[in-house]
Amino acid sequence: MTQTSLSEGDHSSQQEDVLSKTRQGLTDELVLHIRPSRGWSAINLKEIYNFRELIFFLIWRDIKVRYKQTALGAAWAIIQPVLTMVVFTIFFGKLAKVPTDGVPYPIFSYTGLLPWGLFVKGLADAGHSLVSHRAMITKIYFPRLVIPFASVLSGIVDFGLAFFVLIGMMIYYNYAPGSTYQIYLTPALMTLPLFIILALITALGVGLWLSALNVIYRDINYIIPFLTQFWLFITPVAYPSSMIPEKWQLIYAINPMTGVVEGFRWALLGSETAPGLMLVVSTTISLVVLISGLFYFRRMERTFADSV
Amino acid sequence: MNDIAIQTENLGKLYRIGTNLGEVSPRQDYKTLRETISNTVSVPFKRMNSKKHASDPSFKNTKSEDDIIWALKNVTFTVRKGEVVGVIGRNGAGKSTLLKILSRITEPSEGFAEVHGRVGSLLEVGTGFHPELTGRENIYLNGAILGMKRAEIDKKFNEIVAFSEVEKFIDTPVKRYSSGMYLRLAFSVAAHLEPEILVVDEVLAVGDAEFQRKCLGKLSDVAHEGRTVLFVSHNMSAILRLTEETIVLDKGHMVYRAPTPTAVDYYMSSGLAKIGEREWRIDEVPESSKPFLPLVMRLINQQGQVVDTIRSTEPAMVEIEYLLEAPITGLRIGIYLTTARGEYVLASFDTDSSQLFDKYRVRAPGHYHSRCRIPADFLNEGRYILGINASSFRIKRFFQEEQSLAFTVDATDAPGAHWPELRLGPVRPRLEWQIEISDFVSYHLEEQTGFDGDMRI
Repeated sequence: MTQTSLSEGDHSSQQEDVLSKTRQGLTDELVLHIRPSRGWSAINLKEIYNFRELIFFLIWRDIKVRYKQTALGAAWAIIQPVLTMVVFTIFFGKLAKVPTDGVPYPIFSYTGLLPWGLFVKGLADAGHSLVSHRAMITKIYFPRLVIPFASVLSGIVDFGLAFFVLIGMMIYYNYAPGSTYQIYLTPALMTLPLFIILALITALGVGLWLSALNVIYRDINYIIPFLTQFWLFITPVAYPSSMIPEKWQLIYAINPMTGVVEGFRWALLGSETAPGLMLVVSTTISLVVLISGLFYFRRMERTFADSV
Repeated sequence: MNDIAIQTENLGKLYRIGTNLGEVSPRQDYKTLRETISNTVSVPFKRMNSKKHASDPSFKNTKSEDDIIWALKNVTFTVRKGEVVGVIGRNGAGKSTLLKILSRITEPSEGFAEVHGRVGSLLEVGTGFHPELTGRENIYLNGAILGMKRAEIDKKFNEIVAFSEVEKFIDTPVKRYSSGMYLRLAFSVAAHLEPEILVVDEVLAVGDAEFQRKCLGKLSDVAHEGRTVLFVSHNMSAILRLTEETIVLDKGHMVYRAPTPTAVDYYMSSGLAKIGEREWRIDEVPESSKPFLPLVMRLINQQGQVVDTIRSTEPAMVEIEYLLEAPITGLRIGIYLTTARGEYVLASFDTDSSQLFDKYRVRAPGHYHSRCRIPADFLNEGRYILGINASSFRIKRFFQEEQSLAFTVDATDAPGAHWPELRLGPVRPRLEWQIEISDFVSYHLEEQTGFDGDMRI
């Protein structure tokens, strides 16, 4: 009976909007318990899965709307990384003569800029996402996690468009994985999706922290541009990580984007050695950030509607 | 136990108000000033800008009395399946907070609630609508946000479009819609939600009269389908029409629950402003009303006193005090007058006369009083409600509140007052009557005496 679930013992338990199915006579019924929660809440992946259509629609909306009323439209997804690549090529490639292990500098920097762009866009969009969806948050219930999820995932389309340019460049420079004159699938290339996922995980982890903090401290709006700029310098986008002295390599890999960018290059360009230990460190950090971000987000979630 | 839909016990919601509202404007002064005068009014802060406090989700440390507001306290009630229950109360009485807790948008600070069945909440129509997307796209997006499955939306799509009457523009971005079309489409999606329990806030306060009628009709269909509905409204006629029972909230407490007609009477005779003055606190005025900032609306009798009861036979004055922080072109400040049951009596604006309209084409920043004289021998006895509207015609509605001030009209010495009966209708003018007697006499004389001269008295 219902009364049993109202017992005192249940009271103090963590709230975590317990959706429990209670047998009542012959009917199966959803019973929702609403009570104040304390401390940390579990991450309810099942609920997020139930709202997968909402995630899909939010991504779809982001993509549809993103380049509306712009003269160049989706070309912006390509223009940004390409222009950055040109600037990098001029200053780092030609003037500073940054070594690239024999890879043409434009390809070298562009392969760094692709996962970097995916990461930065996801991070910034997710960081702003809760505040920009405040109308929804204060009027409708849904698992709040779907908002940063959708923000990060919607960057994939831009990434895909920019990726086509890379293929074009590789043909132009006659540069293909593992060989000079033909493009074929190498085992390394098969790992490419893993690095894309790692970039998304890192963006989501950092984005979760930033978005939840942004609800309370709007300072985050000002921190995001600075953070991403700073982060670009400590990530081997414009230069190879081999420029970092050996003894600092592992410390350098604490930046999860190091592993992502190096791994991405390795998969595409077939650099000599796989970024083994460095990748382990980066992935671990990235997962730590994601999991801690998820818990922090869940903890703060209950006050979003009141404070956003 | 099987027939319970919603059960709450000692539900409470605490809001913490930062001392720093984070706004640098003349409003700041008003906030402190007004708050000292009327610190009894408890209104939840929708936004808490104070970082210091918001960073503490448990709201449990430093308990300075000034900073704490119980938007809801000790609210205990049960709603059975299939019941349609109204929730009424002044602004800030906790109605919206209650709905937000029941629809899981925010958590209670204490107590608990148990909800049996799928809850659909309709606190606003068109949540998540994107202006760049077409009507069709927004139906899917909004449906998903409201918790509908895609297959469900596919199935109801035609029905939704038909109800909204925007078939022709379904593939046009909604930014090109008129506000009426926009609202119709938005309501239409929401109306096709099929939860077991529907929680509805003031969604009917928008749109034109015809749209409101349509919404009400749809809601009453829902109510008659045997679904459980919790319905918040300021519109007493809607409450009376739709609900069987009504809960009255005041300052976060549930003060009354009774069959709707009784509850509405109770609310009308006790709930609203008693002193004939409606004062807006800074936090009650939405950001969107800027640069217009309402301060006070008063009802003043012939003797110059602020009152909540006026005499039908004496003139009275409605005074609206407000600030303009920046010039507004074409601003008109107006009043709505409705009966306690929600029927409109009139709407009138301060620039209705062409001289004033020309003079205040652009209203400069400043501190204003707009006064409107209500003539003697105009209103019938009863309870009335004054609302306020500040807008620029077809440009922007800065501020609107349908129910700002309630007052009573006393009919002593009014026309016909010597008969102790209730006169129908909202107006009681001293109409001129003439009684002529002639034909009857002549007819009578003619009949009796055969006299056929023309004799008038």
